[in-house]
Formats: sequence, structure tokens, C-alpha cells
Amino acid sequence: MTDYEAVIGIETHVELMTDSKMFCGCPVKFGEPPNTTTCPVCLGLPGALPVPNSEAIEGILQIGTALGCQVADTSFFHRKNYFYPDLPKNYQISQYDVPICHDGEIQVEVDGEDTKIGITRVHMEEDTGKSIHVGGGGRIHDAEYSLLDFNRSGVPLVEIVTEPDIRSAEQARAYGAELQRIVRTLGVSDARLEEGSMRFDANVSIRPAGAAELGTRAEVKNVNSLRSLQRAVAFEIHRQIELVESGGVVVQETRHWNEDSGKTTSMRSKEESEDYRYFQEPDLVPIEVSAAWRDAVREALPELPAARRARYQGLGVDARVAAVLVGSEDAIGDLFEGAMNAGGDGRLIGNWLSGEAVAWSRAEEVAIGDTPLVPAHLVELAEMVGDSTLSASAAKQVLAGVLAGEGTPGEVAESRDLIQISDSSVIEAEVDAVLAGHADAVASIQAGDNKPFGFLVGQVMRATGGKADPKQVSDLIRAKTGG
Amino acid sequence: MSDPADLTIAAAGAKLRSGELSSVDLTEAVLERARMSESHLHAYLTLDQTGAREKATAADAALAAGDDRGPLHGIPIALKDNMCTKGIETTASSQILAGWIPPYDATVVSRLQAAGSVLVGKTNLDEFAMGSSTENSAYGATRNPWNTDTVPGGSSGGSAAAVATGSALAALGSDTGGSIRQPAALCGVVGVKPTYGLVSRYGLIAFASSLDQIGPFTRSVEDSAVLLEAIAGHDIHDATSIRGEIPNFRGSLHHGVAGLKIGVIKELSGPEIDPEVRTSVSKMHDALADAGAEVTEVSLPSCEYGLSAYYLIAPAECSANLARFDGVRFGLRSEGATTEEMMAATRAEGFGPEVIRRILLGTYALSAGYYDAFYGQAQRVRTLIRQQFAAAYEGVDVLVAPTSPTTAFEIGAKTDDPIAMYYADVCTIPINLTGDPGASIPIGLDSADLPIGYQVMAPSLGEERMFQVAQAVEDIANFTARAPLATSEVVSP
Amino acid sequence: MRADASPSPVSIAAMPVEIDIAKVASLARIALSAEELARYGAQLGAILEHAERVQQLPTEGIPPTSHPVPMTNSFRPDKVTESLSPDEALSGAPAAEDGYFKVPPVLGDE
Repeated sequence: MTDYEAVIGIETHVELMTDSKMFCGCPVKFGEPPNTTTCPVCLGLPGALPVPNSEAIEGILQIGTALGCQVADTSFFHRKNYFYPDLPKNYQISQYDVPICHDGEIQVEVDGEDTKIGITRVHMEEDTGKSIHVGGGGRIHDAEYSLLDFNRSGVPLVEIVTEPDIRSAEQARAYGAELQRIVRTLGVSDARLEEGSMRFDANVSIRPAGAAELGTRAEVKNVNSLRSLQRAVAFEIHRQIELVESGGVVVQETRHWNEDSGKTTSMRSKEESEDYRYFQEPDLVPIEVSAAWRDAVREALPELPAARRARYQGLGVDARVAAVLVGSEDAIGDLFEGAMNAGGDGRLIGNWLSGEAVAWSRAEEVAIGDTPLVPAHLVELAEMVGDSTLSASAAKQVLAGVLAGEGTPGEVAESRDLIQISDSSVIEAEVDAVLAGHADAVASIQAGDNKPFGFLVGQVMRATGGKADPKQVSDLIRAKTGG
Repeated sequence: MSDPADLTIAAAGAKLRSGELSSVDLTEAVLERARMSESHLHAYLTLDQTGAREKATAADAALAAGDDRGPLHGIPIALKDNMCTKGIETTASSQILAGWIPPYDATVVSRLQAAGSVLVGKTNLDEFAMGSSTENSAYGATRNPWNTDTVPGGSSGGSAAAVATGSALAALGSDTGGSIRQPAALCGVVGVKPTYGLVSRYGLIAFASSLDQIGPFTRSVEDSAVLLEAIAGHDIHDATSIRGEIPNFRGSLHHGVAGLKIGVIKELSGPEIDPEVRTSVSKMHDALADAGAEVTEVSLPSCEYGLSAYYLIAPAECSANLARFDGVRFGLRSEGATTEEMMAATRAEGFGPEVIRRILLGTYALSAGYYDAFYGQAQRVRTLIRQQFAAAYEGVDVLVAPTSPTTAFEIGAKTDDPIAMYYADVCTIPINLTGDPGASIPIGLDSADLPIGYQVMAPSLGEERMFQVAQAVEDIANFTARAPLATSEVVSP
Repeated sequence: MRADASPSPVSIAAMPVEIDIAKVASLARIALSAEELARYGAQLGAILEHAERVQQLPTEGIPPTSHPVPMTNSFRPDKVTESLSPDEALSGAPAAEDGYFKVPPVLGDE
């Protein structure tokens, strides 16, 4: 059996959350009654003209710059001509041969392996309206009629196209997740997949491992979450391999991902490629980005996820932990940032947040942002460990108490009786009692077999309810047994 | 001339302010003229008598209260029916827009309203401004007030005929390949295509976006300058509208031509121009020289390719601009089992043959495999033409040529031969491609008593110089003849 | 009046340019009969033969002109302006339902 390699490229559409639409002053708002945020421009009425929103241009420049792209000195809008009822002008204002940003990259990590995903282009366009198909169970082909709402028509849309550099479903997901983090960090879009403000189309093909030529690709649409991106790509790779293995041929087509069945199905094969008759939009003039403008955008960029992860690692945080801190819900990152600003121990606090806090949150089904936990708690907790007021294991219990709303770390440690025994005579007494009760173990150690050492430490810890400092206990046992 | 309908804007304005005339009087005179002439001409698609009377009454009241909005205050003006008027049907002379009432005003409409003018009505045009005779109107042709067997030119034939007749003191048209200047020439009035981007296109139903420009029809050069001042200037709703100061159009109006360099375009002086037109135009060249101008011949060989380039660029742009007429959101809808069928049927039924021809031509010129040879090449030729005009303007202040190769032709003479019709624009198209301004001024009548137009062109934003020369042409020509239909005597009821 | 002063330079009968007129009409979404297609096809051929003259000019290295007045960066500030009222938005609709534009079923692929 041949070994196959998957070749995947992803096109992502991101709606920018500007106040007004791309080419008119209608508000960018969702959930409004149909056709209430529309005007002659976004309805495509006769005589209406588009004027680009400067903030949307800023937004795409931020995205392009964050992706390490080159910014074109001069770029152009084009008309992409096709008839579709949700496209009011029956052409979409988009960009064609000269996009505003090109040639960038994103680095993603899967199972400890870093991969660079090239970004071919980042271009500006406008969103379409929405259709509702009525009758026939809402399926387009059986519908009795369709209803059109143009509220979304003209919302600024950024299209980000990768090189075919992705080789697995896991990488596809990692790319999607990192892109989503970047866009959210920039604050230019809420990038919600389930609401369609971020949408992925994956171009998937396979080829024999090591082959240079690309296989025929299928475009997978209707992917509404990162999880379904991974599932859809995995399914499609599998489907194509099975097809080819059984003597079939992959055809160039658009395939629809069905979340419920977990399959992609053919929508319509592209017998002849669409003829979009692109030409430069005569209602708009070129976009010229000066070096000063480019620099200003670059300088104003916030710290991006990759840089933030690197900074956290510099604070002693493990790479995996850093990924969790940067990648999970904002509250975790904010707590960590707050604790770092207050001088907390990065390694300890990072581990707590990415480990215990996340686990607690999942088990209790309470978002960390909805708990009373504040950065000062984390700093206090770390200090209690640092000055041996709490043992590491006790600290985790205290954290759970704080998350559950039992009070500050000091209060929780107090009320749960977890404060480490600081009086060494008390610990020594417990050590002596344990050693006396396990003379055989002591004898073994004294005979050179160190195996029971850990057992003895554990016995003392149990006897003290976990409140003894394990290091102090070890030292005492070693001194008394010569182990 | 005692009838107020025959006044210029400037003369009427003086009478309005002296109290000799009210805007209501003026408007009634214009409406009366329309009543007399419309059954012969069909210059208007919509005559808004009620609205015009209301606006005239309001204009009189404002003026009496000391609220003088300037030279257009109380002046009855007509609009080509491809400019959106909120609450007033706007059709672009197409069946596909029959009954469409725009929910918004074009920028020029808002500006004319702010200037206190009185909108008389919406004038006829070739459907979507595609044509040179106003015969391609879904609502019937407009006739030339000088001879109703002939065309008024086009596409703004209704506006030209209305101003020539006195059913408006002035009008706005749009000029994509000559659609203001050519009908102005054929109807014996002044018509101006301003620099591209000087007047906002917002609310102008687009034909070819990179060529379309709104401009005035008037009975004098000065009136055109006045009207243009009211509508020119940057508009936030049009990304191609020029920023910065509006040039002064009247500053040098009466400075004459002494010392000015005038270039006669060689390629528009040959046998393709009707001999009578050629003779008349040539005499004007000589007269300008006599008045002190330095008149030289300038060769612009790429001019000859203008028509070919235009008939690729304009259809290409129109094929996209007219895609929105699909029966979904406004206008005509034909039957269809699916949306796709409905759209295709609506467009087949709603568009006339010339519009369909140009949409097909433009679709083809943009399609895969043909783009470079046709549309791409036409755009490079456009660059060559711009370069040659720019080079010419290094040596001359203005360029001159006939406006139209012929005077008004008979109704139906060219309707079966699209290319012959396209040739009507051969003298006007080059500066649509360059974006430069141009004016047509009536300079006389041919042996059939049909008007001849003289075209004065200037570099982009050179309107002041263009108007200065146009004024000199007007002064020399002293064209005082009026269209027969502008006088009540010859109008049989 | 000299209707014949500018004779057309090419006859409409000529059709030297290959045009898949049915495909063009389909791209342009216009439903035409076979007879109409034939007529428009012939006319387009004649016009294109004339328009082909643009190919006679050497244009190597000449940039295309898309816009006659050189300008760049014509933007508007990100300010919300008033939208149309729902009645105005739907005022021209051939068919509407519950605030939506209504159309026959869509064959499309989305």
C-alpha cells in the first residue's frame, strides 16, 4: 500500500468589527431585524457608490503585519463578477492580482513539532447578505422560496489564504486556532466561528508521499468550529485515500461538511472554472500605504501570541503551560499577566492556572473569569509556598478553595487547616514516632537499602496531615537513619 | 424676447431680485412652454408640475425673507432621468426601472436643492445613457426642437431639447462618451462635460464609472459656469470625487483669447467630418486667430483609436454596473421558476437591444482568454491617449474640434447600424478617456437650419481657461437663433 | 442634416471574431432565444472587428489606465450614518415577506 501525504491550504474569512460597514455608514451589528441596517450602497441600489472605511484598512494592515506579511505600496480593488441573490450588485468588491498584504507566515506547533505555514495573501473584500430557504425542510434544493436579508451585506471581510503547507488535520486545527488567537489579540474581530465572524474553507488533496506534484483538490466548506475543521480535514484525507486506493479519481469540487454525519458530501463539481471577469473597480482609487503608515501599524501592534508565549517561557514557564496560558480563555491570561505584574512566581502560578485552575473549571463547569480569583490571590499563594507556609500540595487545595469562593488564600489555608507546621520540634516528634514504629525500614536503610526512605517520608506527611515541609522531613529522616 | 422661459439664468436671476419676476412666474412660463412643446418633443419623462410650483413658491418666500441661496435661487432646472430623486420616479429610460421611486437623492440633486433651484422634471435619455440619439428610450424617442424629424442627439437628448425649447432654463446631463456635448451641439445650446471627478456621481445611475460625468446644459457659457459652480466639489459619497478647492470658473470669463494658444486637433478635421460642419468650425478657428489667439494644428494620432478603446472600456464597465438590475430588490421582475431563471428573464425583458448588446460586448471583453486582447489593451490605449493629450497641452492652452461630425440626423437613420451610431461620438470620446473637461458652444446653423457645435477642451481642472475660450467663441458666434419649437407661433396644438 | 456624412467603416455582416455567444449571455444572465443569440452574435462580431483596432497600437510597457484622474487613498472615517427605514429599504421590492426580500427558490451551490 502506498503511503500518502495530505496537502492542505486554508482560506479564512474574518469579519472586522468596525463600527460601520466596509463601503457605507450602516452599522456593523448582528441580530437586528432583517434589512434594518441597510442603505442604497449595501443594497446595491442604482446610483449608489462605495467609499472604503479607513478603519477597515487599518484592521487588515494590522492582520497582515501580525502575520509577517509584506504590505503592498499600492494595491487595488477589483470587481469579482457573479450572479447570486445574496450579492446585491452581482459583483463583489474584492482584491485580485495585488492584495494589500502578501507573503507572511504563521508558526504552529503540533506534538512538540514546529511547522511554518506560509501566508500567500491577505486581502480586503465585502461580505454578502444572507439567504433563508423556506419550505422543503430549509434545504436549498427543496425550498419553495428564499428570503434575503442584507444586514450583513457590506460588512468588512478579510480573506487570509495559506500556502499548501499544512500536512495534517491536527496542523489545520493548530493553524486555525493560532490565527483566531492573533485576530482576537489584535481586537479587530471577535472571530467567532459559530457565529460566522470567522469562517474556514479547506482545500485538501493527497499525493504519494514524497511526490512533488499536487493532487486534485477538493474544497471543504461549512466548517463551524476548530474541532470540525480538524474532523472535516481528517475525513476528507481519509476519503480521498480510500477513493484512490479503490481505483477512483479525486475530482475538483466543493464539498459540504456535515457536522452530524461527520462526512463531507459533494455540492457541485466545478466542470468549468468560474469566469469571474475580474477588473479593477472604477468606483475606487488605489490604496497607497507609505513606509510611515506601515511603521505606525507595526509599532502599534499589541504583543502577539507567539511573543507572549516566549516571554512566559522566559519567566520560567514550561512551553506547554505557556501555550495554555496564551491560548485559553482570556481570563487565565489576564490573571497570569496580573500576577506577573505584581511580582508573582511565573512557574508556580503558570502551573496552577494551566493545571489545577483549568481542571477545577472543567469539573465544576464554572469559567475561571466567573470565580473570585484575582491576581493578588495567586501572588499570595506563591509567597506562602515560597516561605514554606504551605506545601505544594496544600497550595493546590487552597487554590481550589479560593476558586470556590471560600476566601483569600490565607483564609482558606487557615479554615482548611493546611498551614505548614513551622515548629521543627513538632515535626521531629512525628519523625521519631514514625521511625520507632517502622524499625525494620530503618534497619534496611541503615544496611544500605534506600528503598523504604520515601515510604517513611510519606508516613510522616500523613501523620502531620500534609502540613509538614517534606524537605524538612526528609532531612530529619536522613539525619536520623544515615540514609 | 419677453417670455421669461427664454431667459438665461443670469438674466432671470436679475429680474427675480429686482422684483420684476417671481420664481412662480418663471416656473409657470417654463411649464407653459412644456405644455406647448411636449407633444412634439417628448423631452420629459416626468414633469413634476406640483413639486415645481411648491418649490417656486418656497423660493419666492425665501427670497422675500432675505434668504438668497445664490444664482440658482428660484431657477427652473431639469434633470436627466438617470439621476436619483427621492420620491420622484427615476427610470434611466429603461423598462427594467419602470415605476422605481428612489429612497434617496443624488448628490447633485441635494446641491441643486440647497442652491434654491426649482426641479421641473426628469428628462428623456437613451436607455442607461447608451446611445447618441435618444431613440433608445423605452418610453419613446425625443425629437429635436429645430426639426422634429431629426434626433436631438444623445444620450442626454431630453435635457438638451428642454433647454433649447425653454421648458427649462437649464438642465443637467451626464457625459460618458459625449452625451452632454453632442446633444448640446445638435440642439444649439451650451453643454459642458467637467473634469472627471469634479462633480459627484453619487446617485447617478452608472453606465461606465470611469467615464461618466455630470454637467450642465444652458443657453449661455456663463450660465454653465454658474450651474457647474453649484454642483462641483468633493463629496464623501464618491471615492473618485476630487478633493480640494473648486477652481474659479468665472474669473477669466471675459478676458478674451488674445495671447492664448489654441490647438486644432488634426485628426478631427478631416473628411470624416461633414463639410458644412468643417467649414463652420474652421471659420471659428480663423475668428479666434483674428481675436488674437495663436491657433496651430496639433496632431493626436491616438485619437483615432479612441472610439475602439471606448467601445471596449464602456461596455466592460457597464456589464458589471448593470448586473444589479436582477429583479431581486427593485424594479421589474419577470416570471421564473428559480431565482436564476427569474433574473435571466427579467434582464431579457427589461433591457432594450442596445443595452443588451453592450452588456454582452463588455461581458465578452472581460471574459477569460479575451481580457488582455480587448479590455486590457483598450486600457493601455487609453494611457497612450492621455499621454498624447498631456503632451499637447504642454504646447497649447486649449484644444478645439467640432463637437459632432454631423448636425442632427434623421430619426431612424442609424438605429439599424450600431457602428454608424457609435461614430456620432468620434469627436467627443477622447476626453472622456482622458478625464479632461470640454464644452460645446453653438456657432451657427447649417443649410438645413440645424445647429453646429464647437468644442473647446482643456487639461484636467482647466475649466476656467475652457470657459474663457468658450465665452470668446460665444461672443464671436453671436448665436441668437432659437429653435422653432421655442416660439409659440409655430406650435400647432 | 446629413445622415450619411459618416458612413460606417465596417459592414455588420462581417463576423471574424469567434464568440461563444450563448456562454456570454449565460455569464451576463440574460435569457435570449436562438434567433436573438444569432443576431447579437453577428453584431458583436462586427463591433469587435472594429474594436480590435486597439491591438494595432504598440503598447509594450504602457500601464493600463483604470481611472482618469490619478488619486489614491480615498477613504471615509468609520462613522455610522443613518440606514434606510425598513419600509424604504423594501420600497422597491418586487416581493417581500416579514421584512425580507422574497425570491423564487435558488438553485445555487451555497
